[in-house]
Parts: sequence; C-alpha cells; structure tokens
Amino acid sequence: MNLIRALFKRELQSYFSTPVAYVFIVIYLVLMGTFTFYLGRFFERGQADLSAFFSFHPWLYLFLVPAISMRLWAEERKTGSIELLMTMPITAWQAVLGKYLAAWTFTGIALLLTFPIWITVNYLGNPDNGVILAGYIGSFLMAGGFLAIGSCLSATTRNQVIAFVITVATCFGFLLSGFPMVLDLFSSWAPQILVDGIASLSFLTHFANISKGVIDLRDLIYFGLLIGAFLYTNTIVLQWKQAD
Amino acid sequence: MIEIDALTKNYGHHTVVDKLTFKCNPGEVLGFLGPNGAGKSTTMKMITGFVTPTSGRVLVCGHNIEEDTLASKRQLGYLPEGAPCYPEMTPATFLDFVADIRELTGSHRKQRFDEVIGKLHLEPVLNQTIDTLSKGFKRRVGLAQAILHDPDVLILDEPTDGLDPNQKYEVRKLIRSMAADKLIVISTHILEEVEAVCNRTIIIAEGKILADDSPQQLAAQSKYHNAVRIDLPDDNNFDEILASINQLVSVKATESDREQHTITAIAATNEKTLWHEISNLISQKAWQVVSVQLESGRLDQVFRQITRGVEA
Repeated sequence: MNLIRALFKRELQSYFSTPVAYVFIVIYLVLMGTFTFYLGRFFERGQADLSAFFSFHPWLYLFLVPAISMRLWAEERKTGSIELLMTMPITAWQAVLGKYLAAWTFTGIALLLTFPIWITVNYLGNPDNGVILAGYIGSFLMAGGFLAIGSCLSATTRNQVIAFVITVATCFGFLLSGFPMVLDLFSSWAPQILVDGIASLSFLTHFANISKGVIDLRDLIYFGLLIGAFLYTNTIVLQWKQAD
Repeated sequence: MIEIDALTKNYGHHTVVDKLTFKCNPGEVLGFLGPNGAGKSTTMKMITGFVTPTSGRVLVCGHNIEEDTLASKRQLGYLPEGAPCYPEMTPATFLDFVADIRELTGSHRKQRFDEVIGKLHLEPVLNQTIDTLSKGFKRRVGLAQAILHDPDVLILDEPTDGLDPNQKYEVRKLIRSMAADKLIVISTHILEEVEAVCNRTIIIAEGKILADDSPQQLAAQSKYHNAVRIDLPDDNNFDEILASINQLVSVKATESDREQHTITAIAATNEKTLWHEISNLISQKAWQVVSVQLESGRLDQVFRQITRGVEA
C-alpha cells in the first residue's frame, strides 16, 4: 500500500510539474463550456438540469482521456525510466495501480473544476442535485474505463502517438458497441449471445443509465470489471514485454 | 553473492547471451568487458530482473530473481545504461521517491540521504529539474538512486560513459571506496577503467565468456608483456640502435616508429631478461635515450586478440 502511494504521489506530482496538467485542464474546461452552452443549448433549453453538459462527456473523453493515458507507459519506455521502475522492489500490479490511480485522480480533478456549471444551474433554477451527483459519478467512472484501456494499450508501445491512436480507436469501439455501426460487424456471423454481449459493453448505455440518476449495481459492476480487466491485461503486457 | 547458471537469452533465432555461467563474491569488482552488442547490457538486465531469461537462472544473495523477485531486487542497486531518470523531477524529489519505494524511514533515511548526497556532490543541484542538469550530474543522480539503500550488490551499466575526466576519476574513486564489502559489477568498453577499478575481468563476445581473469593476468597475455620501449631524442643513430637490438637473443621482434623516435622490443621469453640486456647495451654503447620502459602488457591489444581472434 505504501509503495502504491509512493508511485501515486510521484506520478501525480509529475503532471503538475510539467505544463501537461495546465494545458489539459484549460482545454478540457473550455471544451466542456463550449459544448454545453453552444452545441448543448444550455440556456435555450430552459431546463434546470445538466444533461446538456453530461451528454458531451463521452465524446470529449474519447479524445482527451487517451491524451492523458498515452504517456503512462509509452513515455517510460521511451526515456528508459521503465528499467529503473521495474527493477525496483515493486510488483507489476503495484506499478500499474499507482500510475493508473494518479491518472484517474488527475481526470477527477479536472472534472471537479467544472463546478461553476453546477453553481450556475443552481443559481438559475432548482435542479435535482442527486441526478447531477449521479452524472458526475458516471462521468468519473467512464473516464476511469477509458483510462484503463489507454493505460493497457500504452504499455504495448514506446510511441505515444501510436498509443493515442489505438486508444481512441478502441474507446470508440467501446462507446458505440451498442450501435449498428459496431454490431453489424458481428451480427451476420456471430451467435446472438455474442452480439448481445457486445451490445451490453457499450459505454454510452451504461453512462446514460447512471446519468439519469439511477445508480444501478449492474452499471457499477460493469465499470469495475472493465477497469479491472484492462489493468490486469496491463500487467500481463508488462510481463510479456519483459520476456520479449 | 551472484550465481549465474547457464543464462541464455534468445531474440527470435538470434542468441544474444549464450549459456553464461559464473559466480561473483563480495569484495569483487567485476568488469564486464566486450564489444558493442556482445550481450553485456542484456546480461545485466537479466541479473536485475528487467529482462526474463530464455533459460538458465540468476541467484542474487541466494534468491532466484524469477521466483523470489522482490527479495532479490531489494539486495540490488542498478544503474541502467544511459542513467534514465524522470526528467521533470528534481534530484531531491526523485531521491525522496526512491527512498519511499526502498522503504527507508526515520533517522536511517536521513543518514543515507546525507551520505549519498555528500558522496556524489549533489548539494548544488538538489532543487533543479533533472532535465536541466549536465550529463555528469544526471549520471550522479542515477548513481545516487542505485546506492541510496546501501545494497549488497551493485550493477552499473557503463557508469562513466560520457563523463569528463574529472568526473570519471570521481566515480571510479567512489566505486573503489564501496568495493570492500560489496559486490560490484560494471560493464564498460573503456579498458583503462577496468585497470583502474576492477579486480576481475570477464570478456564476453557474442554472448559467450572468452576470458575470466584479473586485469593484470589478462594483460600478461599480451605480446607486449615484458616488452621494452625505448624513446630516443632524435633519429640520428636510429638504424644502428634498431639493428643492434634486433640481434639480441631475447628479442622476438621489434616495432619501430622513426617519426616518434621510438623502438619497442618484444620479448621472446616471459622473464625480464630482455630488460637487462637492453639496459646493458645502452650503457655499453653510451646511447642517448629519453626513456626506457618495461611494459606489463596492453589490455587493449589482449582485448582485440581475444574478441576478434587476431593478433592486433
């Protein structure tokens, strides 16, 4: 536990000791604002809720989260510091978790900094704050899912651009897995049970459920399993690269 | 103590390290010598557990690096090739991180910090980002993290590569000062380094051990062992001197350089008779000489001879 904390601390500090953190947070907030007020027509809708705000999160995360996760392992490989890290007395699990939790906390900080929109909606009307809280929880979980995918894929390469591109592509697949665009690829040949399985993997469906204000155990388990599975694969990738 | 048993690493069909077997004890400073691509770094990466061997095993202080990974890694200090670091950190925060990972606490932690920072002269740069440091300081930060927990076994991959002569001197002094109770393995292709710090040398090429001996014993394999080198002030009677030396019984061959006014007489036997013969000859004929030196052997020549299988 202490070791994970040490890794976590180092990783989180490193975000804020480079311009990465500030650039990311500023762009993130600007985009969130723009999408909510212009594309989401927050004022014109005249409703005291944040659905205009949350509905764009999956699409923003699709590009912003891989920008965070791409460096997690690819940069360590590139600079060679991975050799330092992995020859220290820590397990692959500790390294993966420490780095992942730092990245997740960082996106959490960025998400929390959107609080002015919550203040705005409370100033203008009487929203259901429970639903808004659920939206934030769902958004945070979804960011965690994207990050786990990104962390795992980042470990496969030393090139951050490649890590970014394959993460965006994979996350896009997960976002749309409930939609014809992805399902048509499978429905012609795969058994119905597999098609249904793939359909149930959709980020959008699970996020939509939570952000409606219904925190269903199944949605929580979905994100938990997804994150766990990708982080586990992450440790396998690290060990596999070690033997390569 | 390190025990390496039939250690092998294949990349595809290419064998980088080929059934390497050796043992190493505390007090030894082992110089790992070999041409580029000989498998030095790969071997070190396997000893430190960064690369998994294809076959064979590594025991560090009795712990198998593959089965008892954490226990082995605790005994090890490792400076990877090129001394990679986290460039956005400062030496202070970086060493703090390493101390956390190595679980150093309380007064012991403080004492190790002071000792390491003092030994490596890191005080002036403690709060600068590592990215902005000179190569010499970066290397010293890398060494600092390797020795921070006072490990029994130190693995240093090219510790002085890219340093200036003063920094090289400092690092070698540091290695020698730690040698008494530790086991240190350094890889290098700088031969003077081996002579300066190592008491055992392993020469490897294409993943195989070609020689395993002390630097002095290796140098004695050189054809220049017991050779005599004469420096003349000018080339006035160069040919006469060269001819007389060639006639001596203990001379196997001579190498001469007219422009530098030097003659090297290679000894036919292992005894130092050549030295006496030549000194007698010089005083007898009253030649003017700048210096006469007895050579112990040239490691670089032995190295070429062993790794390329040719008399260089």
